[in-house]
Amino acid sequence: MNEEQLRNELQNKEKEIQRLKKLLDESAKLLTVPENDLQKQKEKSETLSKEDISRYSRQLILHDFGVKGQIAVKNTNVLIVGAGGLGCPAAIYLAAAGIGRLGVIDYDEVELSNLHRQILHTVDRVGLSKSVSVVHSCCRLNPSTEYVPYHLQLDSSNALRIIESYDIILDATDNVATRYLLNDACVLAGKPLVSGSALRFEGQLTVYHHDGGPCYRCLYPQPPPSEAVTNCSEGGVLGVVPGIIGSLQALEAIKIATGIGTSFSQKLLMFDALDGTFRTVKLRPRCKSCLVCGENPTISQLIDYEQFCGAKATDKDHKLHILERSQRISAKEYSEMVNNKKPHVLVDVRPAIELDICQLPHPMINIPFTSLSRNITEVKDQLLLKLKELSSDDFHNYTVPVVCVCRRGNDSQLAVQQLMKILADDKVKVIDIKGGLHSWSKHVDSNFPIY
Amino acid sequence: MPNLASFITNNSMLGGGAELLCGNVKKHNITLPKQDEKWLIKDLLIWIQKNIIKERPELFLQGNTVRPGILVLINDADWELMGELDYELEDNDRIIFISTLHGG
Repeated sequence: MNEEQLRNELQNKEKEIQRLKKLLDESAKLLTVPENDLQKQKEKSETLSKEDISRYSRQLILHDFGVKGQIAVKNTNVLIVGAGGLGCPAAIYLAAAGIGRLGVIDYDEVELSNLHRQILHTVDRVGLSKSVSVVHSCCRLNPSTEYVPYHLQLDSSNALRIIESYDIILDATDNVATRYLLNDACVLAGKPLVSGSALRFEGQLTVYHHDGGPCYRCLYPQPPPSEAVTNCSEGGVLGVVPGIIGSLQALEAIKIATGIGTSFSQKLLMFDALDGTFRTVKLRPRCKSCLVCGENPTISQLIDYEQFCGAKATDKDHKLHILERSQRISAKEYSEMVNNKKPHVLVDVRPAIELDICQLPHPMINIPFTSLSRNITEVKDQLLLKLKELSSDDFHNYTVPVVCVCRRGNDSQLAVQQLMKILADDKVKVIDIKGGLHSWSKHVDSNFPIY
Repeated sequence: MPNLASFITNNSMLGGGAELLCGNVKKHNITLPKQDEKWLIKDLLIWIQKNIIKERPELFLQGNTVRPGILVLINDADWELMGELDYELEDNDRIIFISTLHGG
């Protein structure tokens, strides 16, 4: 780095320090209730203040809701688990409706890639705890609600203690392990669970353990195989889809709090954003043999849910380590290959839709990993043709390597394994770029986009 | 000529990611070949596995039933309410396979 670059770098870091200091101040400024105080029963309100009456006037005049409904909302404590795409809209509508106490749990911090759907966070809060950020936004809309941010990972050791202080729990999480944990905790603590989920262009909503209906385990006694589970960072999600489901979760919580209407107990709402359809289907009743809510339950305390599901209780991506060191090159080593014009066949194994986002500065063949096993013959022909073009001698001796790349360096390893099988008879060297495009952006070209 | 004198038609639909196993096609109008006994859902599962599932069949069936995390709906009701694997298919039944979502 030359002097000017260093000076710029320093200036950027100083700006970042200023921003972080401001964040720290903001989190400290937020008035939060110490957890011990939560255990104390709050005194129930029996009347509305003059301010309450003006603020909630448009729902106070609703037939079936009225002052009675508003007081019920005011005396209800709701816990939202997950301050993300579902948790944000749920939180803001519950705050606006005048819920008594709103607890918000999230272990994570705000990232730029959250903002398209997690609409209560802001650009200047990147790096701040999500639970604090949600509380901050809700507080500006309605300061009369009591807010409790929990910057922690909900687990078997703390779930029952936290849930205890709330009347209705919203599952706005993003992983299977936490869904089973929350279900069991709600059954053991006797709380209704309003469960939402969203992915790609679809959403689902159900109320568990309420009104004699089934729990999550009645429907899904066994967790799905981890390879069948897709999260938002892998599968993608259109921001407004969790927005709709999260809003419905707030609505269900208000209906349960006030006892109006019917709930989604023993019903599943399926929302298809592309077809524009909402379909409600009838689910099985509570299962007598359910391990947690059945007649002879065997789960009487919380278990290890990560072990039960064979998956982590986060939606963070894990790093695969399948290949030997000799089968991998770093992004830096690959950039030297490109700079030195070392011939090779670059295979980008990402889905075709992602190629428009960014590509390495070298001609490539796109073979999406998911279609690799379907088109073995075509893949083989395509690669051998390209290898023949680039290899120096005329014999059946391919001297150039095949280099696989993907977004983060997981699929590329699996692709190397598959391609080595496909090309086993042809003595081709197949390697991958460690850490994929993320690593390229980090170590080679800082202007290269990360997604 | 195959024995196709009469048909049972179904609207079979896959959602929540289950459609990804069938080349990303969500709706299938299926005509099942005639057989002496009535078609049961368990026969349909095997037929779908053979004729419609394009990749990773183990993510659709495990043993003789759907893998954990897939909910089967018969005419908008949980198949458990309808006899599950032994449900006898009727003309124009709508069968939905929905994979539970976990994102949030």
